[in-house]
Amino acid sequence: MTALDNTPDTASTEEPALKRFLGRMGPAVPIAVVLTIILVWIAFLNPNFTEPGPFLAFLRRAAPLLVLAVGQLFVIVSGGFDLSVGALITVTVVVSAAFSDGDPANTLPVLLGVLAIGALVGTVNGAITTRLKVPSFITTLGMLLVLRGAVNFWTTGAPRGALAENYRQFGRTGIQVTDDIQLPYAVLISLAVGAIAWFLLHRSTFGQQLYAAGGGAEAASLSGVNVPRVRTLAFIISGVAAAISGILLGGLAGVSAQVGQGEEFRAITAVVLGGAVLGGGKGQVGAVVLGALTLEALFTLLNLLGLPAPLRESVQGLIIIAAVFYAARRLKAGG
Amino acid sequence: MATDTTTAPPTPGLMTRLRLTSDGNGIFAVLLLVFAACLIVTEATGGDFLTAGNMRSILSRSIGLGIVAVGQTVAILSGSLDLSVAYMVSLGAVLGGFVMDGDPSKVIVGVIVVLAAGAIVGMLNGLIITRLDIHPFMATLAMGLLLNGLLTWQFTTFAPEVPGSFQQLGYGLIAGVPVGVLLFAAVAGIAAFALRSTSFGSHLYAVGGDQDVARLSGVRVNRTLISAHVFCSVTAVITGLYLVARVSTAQTTIGPEGGFDLESIAAAVLGGTALSGGKGRVLGTVAAVVMLAMLDNVFNHLQLDSFLKQVVRGVVLIAAVAAYSVRANAHEVE
Repeated sequence: MTALDNTPDTASTEEPALKRFLGRMGPAVPIAVVLTIILVWIAFLNPNFTEPGPFLAFLRRAAPLLVLAVGQLFVIVSGGFDLSVGALITVTVVVSAAFSDGDPANTLPVLLGVLAIGALVGTVNGAITTRLKVPSFITTLGMLLVLRGAVNFWTTGAPRGALAENYRQFGRTGIQVTDDIQLPYAVLISLAVGAIAWFLLHRSTFGQQLYAAGGGAEAASLSGVNVPRVRTLAFIISGVAAAISGILLGGLAGVSAQVGQGEEFRAITAVVLGGAVLGGGKGQVGAVVLGALTLEALFTLLNLLGLPAPLRESVQGLIIIAAVFYAARRLKAGG
Repeated sequence: MATDTTTAPPTPGLMTRLRLTSDGNGIFAVLLLVFAACLIVTEATGGDFLTAGNMRSILSRSIGLGIVAVGQTVAILSGSLDLSVAYMVSLGAVLGGFVMDGDPSKVIVGVIVVLAAGAIVGMLNGLIITRLDIHPFMATLAMGLLLNGLLTWQFTTFAPEVPGSFQQLGYGLIAGVPVGVLLFAAVAGIAAFALRSTSFGSHLYAVGGDQDVARLSGVRVNRTLISAHVFCSVTAVITGLYLVARVSTAQTTIGPEGGFDLESIAAAVLGGTALSGGKGRVLGTVAAVVMLAMLDNVFNHLQLDSFLKQVVRGVVLIAAVAAYSVRANAHEVE
């Protein structure tokens, strides 16, 4: 649909299609190169990986991080951080388990409830950051402490209840395409989230205003952008994305009080791998999606290489430094 | 003309020198408030807040976080930040135990090795940030992963012990004052002196305020940033040494479980240091850490759930920083 819409606009320019395509994809090129290298390496070590089943399973594993990173991108473009998303995932899973209590009839109200909690937490983050002028790093760090403390206080460290089967399906199962291929719901959901995010950020007035606010709040508000409103919306999107990510993770990984731990840092890493700039004003949904896939592919690769588990973490640290360096260099050289 | 020049400049100069115009003093009001609240709550519930023993316990509780928070303050002042400190606390604790291995004659070697390791990691952080031009958030986050992996890989299966003499650092008293408190005071004093009275200090504030301006006025920006990270890392491994002196055998999880990364940043900002760099003081951080320890003390006295403590910390953090920024904005309007 979008391709058709774009044709009349771009037909007037003289540039060859390939160059135009690369120009538009520019920021995504470095991370696409990194991702390709890792995927080829995985396929080399494990030829099964290229078959639909294992590959879709990989995408399903990547879905929660992908959704979370896309939400985080909005906050980072607006010039902030959202450190509260990991704790929000934990809240989502723990609250869902307690109120779902294994009963399929509860699933719909529980889903709506946790999405509302995500939106509420985002609203509070946004209000404190924009109205009380607290740096978002501190706001969302405070929110992280409050949410983590509250959820542990409530459950005394051991979550109660269980997720109903029709809740868990979102993270676990999918549509049976053929006998042995199942299209995971998580992949469809993350595609939908990616498409909506792409539209909001790259095709809507809100997106333009968000880039303006992140590029320079004063200039943006002089040109008529309601900066507090736009930035608050970014936090709300991030909060809702965290709730969706929690719903997927709850289905995929099950209920625990540690489920969201460290996810905020993984999400920010994925966003930065996707070429977004901490400090605001730059970043693209497509590249961030590739960033999230790269991070997940990296986990898969390090697993396959058979390194001792702790060393995988070390190598991950090294590769993050190398990839961020490479991506930033390529972008500078190109821009 | 002549009257203009004599009346206008002195006022802002004096105000700035006393640091009354900018925020940064808010923490002392918060400290006083929390002190009063803790005093009232403890006394009203049948406890004794104002005893020497209780004050000593509050100060002792501030040491671990306090030392690394002083280093974090220096990193933040330079316009950077360090998310790897939690793992450097583990590095200090575990490596200290490993080198000393219960042998009193190896205490000095152990301390030197640990300090050197901290300095090396800090230098690496600084080099990655300055030479590779990677945002400190990402650089130190990745360094944390790297360190945690290496530590867990090497040190999970055995738990070496520090010799009894080294445990004096954790439990000894000099003239009634815990050795750890003196160590904390020394680290904070050195940092405060360096910031106030050395060229490193003025360079640090310049770099944190505006890197380009600092560079144009001849400050060696990279060297200053690297030094700030070396200092920060060294404080983190000193916290590790202090903690291993307390517990005698340390696990690699001691740093991340203590939450030293985010809590040290929270303490610095609570103390009035601007997260964007260039503004803040070590004394503010010290006050913030003591304030957090007071809250802990009352929570323990009331035997409240430790998870509730986290909630209160989060609320205090946001409320205090909001109050500072409202105050700062009010000044701007004036």
